[in-house]
Amino acid sequence: MRREGKERCHEPWVHVVKKTEISASKTLLLSILAVFASLVAGGLFILAIGQNPFSVYATIVKGAWRSSIARKGTIKLAVPLLITALGIIPAFKMKFWNIGAEGQIIMGAIFATYFALFYDHLPHGILLVLMFIAGMIGGGIWGLIPAYFKSKYGTNETLFTLMLNYIALYLIKYLVEGPWKDPASSGFPKIATFSENARLDQILGVHAGWLIALILVVLVFIYIKFSKHGYEIDIVGESVNTARYAGMNVRKIVLRTMFLSGAICGLAGMIQATGAAYTLSEGITGGVGFTAISVAWLSRLNPLITLVVSVLFAVLEKGCSVMQSTFGMSSAVSDILQGIILFFILGFDFFTRYRFVFCKKKQGEGSMSC
Amino acid sequence: MKETMAIELKQLTKTFGSVVANNKIDLSVKQGEILALLGENGSGKTTLMNMLSGIYKPDSGSIYINGQLVTINSPEDAIRLGVGMIYQHFKLVDALSATDNIILGTREKGLFLKKSRFERVREISRRFGLDVDPEKKVYQMSVSEKQTVEILKVLYRKADILILDEPTAVLTPQETSRLFEILRRMKQEGCAVIIITHKLNEVLEISDRVTILRKGESVATVNTADTNAQELTELMVGRPVELSIEHPETDFKENLLEIHHLTAANEEGVEMIKDISFDLNRGEILGVAGVAGSGQKELCEAIAGLLPVKKGAILYHDENIVGKTPNEIIKIGISMSFIPEDRLGMGLAASMGMVDNMLLKKYNEGKGPFVRKKEARETAKRLVKELEIVTPGVDTPVRRLSGGNVQKVLLGREIESEPNVLITAYAVRGLDINSSYTIYNALNEQKKKGVGILFIGEDLDVMLELCDRIMVLCHGRVTGIIDTKSATKEQIGLLMTDAKGQERRGRHA
Repeated sequence: MRREGKERCHEPWVHVVKKTEISASKTLLLSILAVFASLVAGGLFILAIGQNPFSVYATIVKGAWRSSIARKGTIKLAVPLLITALGIIPAFKMKFWNIGAEGQIIMGAIFATYFALFYDHLPHGILLVLMFIAGMIGGGIWGLIPAYFKSKYGTNETLFTLMLNYIALYLIKYLVEGPWKDPASSGFPKIATFSENARLDQILGVHAGWLIALILVVLVFIYIKFSKHGYEIDIVGESVNTARYAGMNVRKIVLRTMFLSGAICGLAGMIQATGAAYTLSEGITGGVGFTAISVAWLSRLNPLITLVVSVLFAVLEKGCSVMQSTFGMSSAVSDILQGIILFFILGFDFFTRYRFVFCKKKQGEGSMSC
Repeated sequence: MKETMAIELKQLTKTFGSVVANNKIDLSVKQGEILALLGENGSGKTTLMNMLSGIYKPDSGSIYINGQLVTINSPEDAIRLGVGMIYQHFKLVDALSATDNIILGTREKGLFLKKSRFERVREISRRFGLDVDPEKKVYQMSVSEKQTVEILKVLYRKADILILDEPTAVLTPQETSRLFEILRRMKQEGCAVIIITHKLNEVLEISDRVTILRKGESVATVNTADTNAQELTELMVGRPVELSIEHPETDFKENLLEIHHLTAANEEGVEMIKDISFDLNRGEILGVAGVAGSGQKELCEAIAGLLPVKKGAILYHDENIVGKTPNEIIKIGISMSFIPEDRLGMGLAASMGMVDNMLLKKYNEGKGPFVRKKEARETAKRLVKELEIVTPGVDTPVRRLSGGNVQKVLLGREIESEPNVLITAYAVRGLDINSSYTIYNALNEQKKKGVGILFIGEDLDVMLELCDRIMVLCHGRVTGIIDTKSATKEQIGLLMTDAKGQERRGRHA
């Protein structure tokens, strides 16, 4: 059974190795590298369409802060993103992949709009509190449905929450064209603009949503980090078996957490409707429900970092729209640029988890170094 | 003239981050020789063999096979060089026949599978004296048959160097001796065999030479004929060890739990335990023996209230606790501690630190919405001292601790809760000798306090010394409960395969 051994087997040039742990300073370094790489790649794109990358980038950064109107615009973009990301965090901590924030925002907005349209004779404070609660309940129910089916029948929450988004979206369409159509709009399908009484107050020139968002950052942080509920969420996310072992009622925890997650997203919808849009339309979310997933993930589900990341996202978006008008670019160009930058930043997440090992073959007999 | 070695490893080194798993290891095996690779868990046995079979690549050092310098990049390379590895966990496709599992991945020529493939497998099994039906489906096979298929798989690929990673862990004593016969047969055929194990009696029985690893270094290679269990243990642990387990006698005569006709099904609805009856007394260690998967896990989970019970009763002072949640069981006054088999998947939260893990069953105590960590931190610090837990800090994620330390964290937390019933599933699995004895002592301490302990074990030698009685499970049924004072290993082995029951019922498929 003797055989002739092959002289040498072929050695691969590179292979991927999973990292076990990574230090905080290395994570920071990689993040900086990611931003740098994204700017270079975006710069090449700008160059390719015949513009100067440096002046374009300068416009983006300055554009987001150049005037008080721009600043307010940036904050208005950051608020729904931040609140929604905060809503996603508890669900993701529990490893419940709630990608239905979009639908939960919409349901929150619909519930709040109901009171704005039909109860605007109530005193301002009471009306706002009612809308606030209604928004949370609307979003909460939309979060509760997939949680119920998952805990009862083991349905896939990713698909379930995604599909609920479309139901919510078409519900708006139905309301706009049907029962809630503004009679004063002479046949054009839209919902009436909210009366002054049903609008969110302004604080320092921007609607009060920013204050609510900041309060939520603190509340969610404390809830996740120090509360018994937060501990339960962590354990369920860690291992359902361990949670059961500890005597936790896993079903109750999943339902409660998803209600909360949906409720916070619903609140974002209520704030968008009463603070920014003053009406309800199909574009109420502006895609925030999906962007917020990236925000929450990049922040590593930490509410404090979420605050920073969502502001940076808002700056990018606002800055790109300023760039668009300054350089006379089409909106597609601005979208591509945003896409490139986000792709690199999210993609670098890979490098915090894996590393490449390159093989340099030495000439020495039998020795190898990798 | 010097004879050629089948395998020769020279100065092989492998590091994982800052951990040196293998440090300049030398090892050699002749053709027609059985080498035992002995070492405690974490001593680097598996890492070394994984380098030989192409899973890992060495950082430095060289591998010679039949005198030729080689580089092994993948398991494919390894098999091309004649190195076949038989893993502890079988890698077989249940729905396929033995033959199809064997030829799987060999990329045979031709578009269709031919009938003749069964003949080829039959021929090889005849040559090595292996008893396998080539057409039998894997899901119909017993554990030892599956292992034989794994061995055939590497023989079919013309491997003449075999590595077996703890092959006897899943076998009954009878099946083990059958495996050893196969290995001797292969030795006669001129194969080189490396068997990884930490069971000393097996080393002495089967091997020609023993290489002992300790903390990633090869400390000695001795001829089996010139050594004994005591010497091997000392080499393995690095200092003299007392090999006997204490067996304190207690006289609590009180009955703690009575289990009547317990039947429970797993999540797929298959009845894993059937009609089990026994009782557990205060101050007693009741061992549960059986081939892996005989219903041990389900028995534990059913008693702990984690698996719904279909039939039967669990009585505590004449009160039936079946159907109660773990919290309700605690309220009745049974403090039951369960140390599950899958420590990181069930007993602990892997990415949390010791402090958070201490809280697992107590986080809900105390008023107010917040978790109180102060006390848990003190408990964690105390346990680190008392049980000599090696950890960078009490907040280090427990998954970064070694197996022995993870087990100490779990056992420590459970003993902290002062239980009166303690259920341990494979309490010393994966632990080194030192840690194992720490655990045995801790269990004996609990026994002396009057705790009733259900000890699910796998090493019969240990169980015969530690336990007062041993209950044997086979296919979810109790085949016997025997007193360890009068029991022998062979007797338990027969009960594990339910030889008597099968005789009575006649042969069934």
